Amino acid sequence: MLAKHGKVFVLAWFALVLIVSPVLAGNLDRFTGMEGSLDIAGGTAHIPVMNEAAKRIMTFNPKVRITVAGGGTGIGVQKAGEGLVDIGNTGRPLSDEEVSKYGLRSFAFAIDGVAPVVHPDSHVADLTAQQIRDIFGGRITRWSEVGGNDAAIHVYGREEASGTHEVFWGKLLKKEAVVGTANIIQSNGAMKVAVSQDRNAIGYMSIGHIDDTVKPLAVDGVVPSQETAIDGSYPVIRHLFMNTKGDPEGLTRAFIDYILSEDGAGIIRASGYIPLQ
Amino acid sequence: MLSESWIRRALCAAATTCVAAAFCILLVLVYLVLPLFTPGGLGAVFSWQWLPFQGQFGILPMVTGSLLLSLGALTLATPLAVGVSCFVQVLAPRRVKGLCLAMIHYMTSIPTVIYGFVSIFLLVPLMREWFDRGTGFSLLTAMIALTLLILPTIVLVFHATLREVDLTARTTCASLGFSRPSYIRHVLLPLSRRGLLAAVILGFGRAVGDTLISLMLAGNAPMVPGSPLDSIRTLTAHIGLVVATDSQSTFYHSVFASGLILFLIMILINLALRGLGRSYTS
Repeated sequence: MLAKHGKVFVLAWFALVLIVSPVLAGNLDRFTGMEGSLDIAGGTAHIPVMNEAAKRIMTFNPKVRITVAGGGTGIGVQKAGEGLVDIGNTGRPLSDEEVSKYGLRSFAFAIDGVAPVVHPDSHVADLTAQQIRDIFGGRITRWSEVGGNDAAIHVYGREEASGTHEVFWGKLLKKEAVVGTANIIQSNGAMKVAVSQDRNAIGYMSIGHIDDTVKPLAVDGVVPSQETAIDGSYPVIRHLFMNTKGDPEGLTRAFIDYILSEDGAGIIRASGYIPLQ
Repeated sequence: MLSESWIRRALCAAATTCVAAAFCILLVLVYLVLPLFTPGGLGAVFSWQWLPFQGQFGILPMVTGSLLLSLGALTLATPLAVGVSCFVQVLAPRRVKGLCLAMIHYMTSIPTVIYGFVSIFLLVPLMREWFDRGTGFSLLTAMIALTLLILPTIVLVFHATLREVDLTARTTCASLGFSRPSYIRHVLLPLSRRGLLAAVILGFGRAVGDTLISLMLAGNAPMVPGSPLDSIRTLTAHIGLVVATDSQSTFYHSVFASGLILFLIMILINLALRGLGRSYTS
């Protein structure tokens, strides 16, 4: 009696697993039976999302190899355009020259905020947009002028054509040039290291890269975060793009669809960004 | 006999390929810089302001930065290298000598990024505290790290010359009653002057060409520094930064000019080195 019940139970359990497993696999199903490799490079803001997606896909189907490299927005355009990688990420829309030279297709997948950041020990937590413009423009040079310690402000910036720089400069600095003595940092990751090492630093970086080692500054009383970016109260936002040369096919297509799927949206949220759909 | 002529041909082909490759690189660079050869274009690139969105693409601050950084590193590294080489060749006990040389050889194999990365966490905060001026990302910081990087190059080349001279001169000088310090001062160093020059030129080439140290440690502000504690940008770091962020706009082309200038500097250095080598052997 008991044995029979056991058998039924096992069968029922198997049936349940069979019914449920597609749900568990969910959006990863599109990778079933696929093989080959996919190379991704470019914007450094995208890396947390790309890495997590790559990890999940390769765990689901070990025959798929995905490599994720940084390099910056420019590298993303260049490498995708020259066919050196399958997906080139950019933190800004492509320029007309870039589209016409390479025939790239863009897929926006997330909204990212760019926030001013300081060292966690800084006494300053809130600045007005005008104060931030004055600091980056070189008119305010000491922290004491904005309610902090009596120390010189160390300004850290990014190169002009960086996607992160473009949105911060365009939307918060109102296209005013950053002071020439500012240290120029080469990526979001390096910016985090630089600011977290320097008590008197101010820099700016993608919200998705912010963790406990740096402190985002409230701008006009609004703390930059996913929530304030969604409800529109924090305005310094941009889209993150994946770009392919021509229309994506096969594995590339599957990867982009995955990023744009429900699962992808979860990864994007967990990485500190806002999914676009 | 047949195999010998084949070996000769193979070597000749290899040499020709190398020369052709280097020449092609030069041609490509010149070709890519050609669009800049308009009255406005050239003037915009060879100027002192880098504000690409205001139409100013000056790379002269980067040329200055490159020269200051590599010359600065050379001034630190050369006396050190001379000291290390002389110590190792003449003064050191045998066991210490072996250890020193092994260490120097090992230093050549440390990747540049390790120097840069460790310096960000060790050297940069120290510089910031000691001098209490600037961010710690500065000409001086990069200079110190770069000194470590080029030191083994200079030591190894110079030490090779020193050993040759030492082999021929040591016994004579010992029999004449030279003390070891005065032997170094009056015989060894004067006789190996050319070797030192060759070593220094090689070290300079290494210093000018290095990218990561300056990109990670020098601060990259595109300006002419007023003090060693100011931030600078080198030509190599400039190329790295612009390539990382941009791809087709007008100011992207200034990186080709930067590349061409670097290439020409390296050609000059190598010509100088060849000239030296010739006069040394003759």
